[in-house]
Amino acid sequence: MIIDPITLSVIQAGLQQICDEMDLSFSRAAFSPIIAEANDRSDGIYAADDGSLIAQGIGGLPVFVGTMQFSTRILIEMIASGKVASPRPEDIYIVNDPYLGGTHLMDVRFAKPFYRGGEIFCWLSNTGHWPDTGGSVPGGFSASATAVEQEGLRLPPVRLFKQGVLDQEIYSIICSNIRVADQRIGDVKAQAAALLVGEERLNELLDRYGDETVREAIGQLRQRAAVQMRSCINEIADGTYSSTAFVDSDGVVNEPLEINLSIIKSDDQLTFDFSKSSPPCIGPMNSVLATTVSSVYLAIRHIFPEVPISAGAFEPLKVLRPEGTFLDAQYPRPVSGCAAEVSQRIAEAVFAALIEALPDRVTAAPAGTSGNFGLGGHDPLRSRDFVMYQLSGGGYGGNADHDGLSNGCSTIGISKAPPVEIMEQTYPVLYHRYALREGSGGAGKHRGGLGLEYEIELRRGNARASFVMDHGRFGPQGALGGAAGAVNEVTVWQSGKPYTPEHLSKEQNVPLKAGDRVNVKTPGGGGYGNPFERDVEAVLYDVEMGRYTPEQARQLFGVELDANPYKINATKTGRLRAAASGDVT
Amino acid sequence: MGQKSTGQIIGVDVGGTFTDLIMLDQTSGKVRLAKVPSTMDNQAYGVLAALDEVKAELQAIDLIVHGTTTTTNAVLERKLSPTGLITTKGFRDILELGRRTRPQAYGMVGKFTPVIARNLRLEVSQRMDAAGKVITELDEDEVKSAARKLLDLGCESVVIHFLHAYANPAHELRAREIIAEIWPNDYITLGHELLSEAREFERGVTAAVNASVQPLLERYITRLVRELSDRGYGGEVLVMNGNGGMVSSSLVAHEAAKTVMSGPASGVMAAAFTGRKAGMENLITYDMGGTSTDVALIRGAEPSVSNEIEVEYAMPIHVPMVDVRTVGAGGGSIARVNAAGLLEVGPQSAGADPGPICYGRGGQDPTISDANMLLGRLNPDKLKSVAGGVSLREMGAIFDNRLANRLGVTVTESANAVIKFANMKMAGAIRMVSVSLGADPRDFALFAFGGAGPLHATALARELGVPTVLVPARPGITNALGCVVADLRHDFVNTINRPLDEVDIKAVHAVFAAQISEGEKLIGKENIEVSNIRKSFSADMQFVGQTHLLRVPLDTAVPTRDTLRQQFEKAYFQRFKVDLGEVRANLVNINTSVIGERPELDLSTLMDPADRKSSLAEAERRQVYFDDGWHDTPIYWRDHLPVEFSLNGPAIIEQMDTTILIEPGDEAVADGNGNIIITVGGLS
Repeated sequence: MIIDPITLSVIQAGLQQICDEMDLSFSRAAFSPIIAEANDRSDGIYAADDGSLIAQGIGGLPVFVGTMQFSTRILIEMIASGKVASPRPEDIYIVNDPYLGGTHLMDVRFAKPFYRGGEIFCWLSNTGHWPDTGGSVPGGFSASATAVEQEGLRLPPVRLFKQGVLDQEIYSIICSNIRVADQRIGDVKAQAAALLVGEERLNELLDRYGDETVREAIGQLRQRAAVQMRSCINEIADGTYSSTAFVDSDGVVNEPLEINLSIIKSDDQLTFDFSKSSPPCIGPMNSVLATTVSSVYLAIRHIFPEVPISAGAFEPLKVLRPEGTFLDAQYPRPVSGCAAEVSQRIAEAVFAALIEALPDRVTAAPAGTSGNFGLGGHDPLRSRDFVMYQLSGGGYGGNADHDGLSNGCSTIGISKAPPVEIMEQTYPVLYHRYALREGSGGAGKHRGGLGLEYEIELRRGNARASFVMDHGRFGPQGALGGAAGAVNEVTVWQSGKPYTPEHLSKEQNVPLKAGDRVNVKTPGGGGYGNPFERDVEAVLYDVEMGRYTPEQARQLFGVELDANPYKINATKTGRLRAAASGDVT
Repeated sequence: MGQKSTGQIIGVDVGGTFTDLIMLDQTSGKVRLAKVPSTMDNQAYGVLAALDEVKAELQAIDLIVHGTTTTTNAVLERKLSPTGLITTKGFRDILELGRRTRPQAYGMVGKFTPVIARNLRLEVSQRMDAAGKVITELDEDEVKSAARKLLDLGCESVVIHFLHAYANPAHELRAREIIAEIWPNDYITLGHELLSEAREFERGVTAAVNASVQPLLERYITRLVRELSDRGYGGEVLVMNGNGGMVSSSLVAHEAAKTVMSGPASGVMAAAFTGRKAGMENLITYDMGGTSTDVALIRGAEPSVSNEIEVEYAMPIHVPMVDVRTVGAGGGSIARVNAAGLLEVGPQSAGADPGPICYGRGGQDPTISDANMLLGRLNPDKLKSVAGGVSLREMGAIFDNRLANRLGVTVTESANAVIKFANMKMAGAIRMVSVSLGADPRDFALFAFGGAGPLHATALARELGVPTVLVPARPGITNALGCVVADLRHDFVNTINRPLDEVDIKAVHAVFAAQISEGEKLIGKENIEVSNIRKSFSADMQFVGQTHLLRVPLDTAVPTRDTLRQQFEKAYFQRFKVDLGEVRANLVNINTSVIGERPELDLSTLMDPADRKSSLAEAERRQVYFDDGWHDTPIYWRDHLPVEFSLNGPAIIEQMDTTILIEPGDEAVADGNGNIIITVGGLS
């Protein structure tokens, strides 16, 4: 059956709509701010036979763009081989095992078989980031775990809902192993309810267009998405494109981890070869295969945002399994850093490799870290323990059209930062500063965006600070002659004395007492193009706005300014810029 | 109001393209309408031109109610008055850092221009904690020197925005006194005054927007009032606010930020009014114009109001406003076939210039409007009246080349596909809006207005399962009508943010009482006749641990703790179908709206009775394409329709400002108020 392109278009929009509505429903009903506010969740529809992605919500967290089809495929395989109980209508499986197509333990997947006429037509699945799944550190981001058991409770696929009814026994095991368990029931109900919404809407779509038509349309849409992605990647000339990107350290051994990428463009497809990357690491900066592949997908989607998410769009992207590297972690390697940090370095490597081939589409490197600062302690005033997270953004890379955005969200996220006032209402801290980090954007014809600088004081009691950040050793890469953005900097002020973590961007359990402070400066974005070609008026404006000093204007951009008020000294500027380009005047 | 009341009222709304005016003579029932091009440099010229068009004798007019986009445009184009910020030391960049976002999920790019440039953002020593306790005293000398510096830098207005001022405004109040001494200034905005709740970015941007549009709005309104009085007008000018109420021209600049989204709000108010008169109190408003489509929800004749509107990327204005959502497509949305061979419509738009092909201004991209033209839904005679002139044949050639060829269908089928696809996308967007507001679209009627709304409404209603479509008498001037029917309105929000069990319920009652008295005081100051003062109360609540708020309507200003809990749990269950009785509730905000209701207006004369014929008479017939093929379709001229009629689709009703499509299987009837009610066929 050939389905006309108009019906195909309408069915595609309908499937997309269903997933968007699942996303909306999940966030609206969820309790945890990380889902309700930060949208750290994703919902989609997956094929019955192999779990391949049919449609996924546009508002899902970008890092989940490719993981759920892995997760669903493995579930289907485990059911087929008898390792997991067979499904019945209204069952919902729960799984968070990273090695079974996941990310880190906190990303908990639900999967529900969708039946039509007694047969499984497809799977509905979603992922939600739970605030805690047990383990040595509240929240799960241990910077120095050496095995997954230290990171939290690991669930193989089990049916949490059996024929629509929550299995209290399984749920009680989960609740006994996680922190702040009493609020989880709201999230569990929200996560399951989102799948119900999807089920209802999908039934409506099938009733309207017919099961066979929709089934056939899904197949044809997949082929067409592959065609669309191929037409995009054909903007890239055939050849090999290489890059490297570095993770500061694994949190345990203080040595950089290298991502070594070669992208081969030939025959309308891109092949991603990470095989020369560093071997598996001791600490939690290993990435499971699903996350590595998903990071490639999300980077490509940032470059070609017009191609909708589907298995077909991924077909021309071949990621070779990087066996023996830290990008293909096996049990029991710790993996808590993969979704938040390693994924962003992988994306950075993809950007760096492709920017020369696609200079109008790719940006210089963005800050590329989630900037995870955790503070756990006891608040004597309220007589209770607390766990606080400050996740921060940084500068985006300059691009062909304009300067990088300042204080943008991480490459893999889409969330909003919590207001300072809400943080101070909730936790015993006082912010002394929450500001643009001056001078941090990498110089370029279009400079990088500025990072953030904040300083937090512990007001009472004792606490321990933990950091899982990156780009402390190397700044986000500049491109096409642009300079790197400023590196991430962490300073802990203990009794008035500064302390810098040995691993720069990662450390666990730094003790704080009342009056101690933590100062964090997040990375600026990489610069794009030769900074000495930057519009001199733009350099002047940046100085007027206090983003750079006059000294930096001269050194980084070759612009000499006279002061009070600032004016461009055209003669000296001409001389500086001519000298740099090799012209002698 | 003047003593020699003649009962003449004018509503005049300045939109992006047109300035619409409606003049109602309540004594004679006579209505006059005008639609003239908007004049963006000074919107007063367009207003005056519209008054000339209806030959208004201004000395005989009782009241002029005005909707203006002066502040909207200033904000979106950042053509703002030079404004300074004085803020807590360490936090001057709050307005530029935003909430750490990017404009879209995919694509690591974005631009953002803060409302106040960094060199005009100054810091002073002072600090409160979250409980409002002073940690660092206000350094008054620093305030003085900051104010002098901003004066030197040419600032016309100033924002004082301190952390946690919602908990304790003492430092903001003191800083205003100090600044007023050295810089006598009508344009000082305190962060806590417009919005007394936590969240420094949103509160700061709201205040910054307010301060930086105040001088512009004040100058504009002053000039307009002077022009009107020069022409003999002696009455009051009221200005529409984004909350769907209006305020006196003398007060409006004080809270200028509230006018930023007033245009869409007035349309929704007109819808609520019209719906109430027609006995339809639950409506989804659907306003489709040339470039965008706006959607809002009305429940029990009350439009949904939100305190959390984002005007554009990273531009939150958190004052109560009618919750109007822009869902993308308009008549100018461009259709194309993508690299996968699939049809897409929007988000690119041909805009107003060159606009769709059928505008004859050189547009070469197929749009929704063009598809309607090719299908016979829009009157092809319109093509002859436009400047450049373009024929159906030329339009067909573009569709053939750009769409039909690539989709392997005929030109007609391609045009029909564009409409079907656009309708499906719009229906999806409308469903998302209603779901996010906790409503099932099937429980509502669709109120269609704007130039293109009534053309798509029946198809959308079918898609959404909405059984009824209401097309008002004058869909193209609904915003001006909104001005005429709006009430005086003042909204108040105060933050409590405590678990319900720990709340001092007497303090809650005291806040409600203060909100009521403040609202009554403001309405007393406005020199306008009100028939009744109505108050509505609500609480914003959540379960402890949640971040989203649910608005709980209350029927009393002295609720008990149990009432609050029960009403909240009921509202929560209705919305989410989840019962969480075991979790504690938080009381976050308490809200009061004080509404000065204006005397009722009779709208049955919006269609001039003199023009109406006694029986149903076709103006013409033409071939119109529907899903099942071409139909020989009767065309009616709306102004000539009898007061009572009933007709079955397919049919088209044309009027000056819109075209109404009645599909095969649908039935349209007149309701006696000048509205057309369409029952959508095929829905059980």
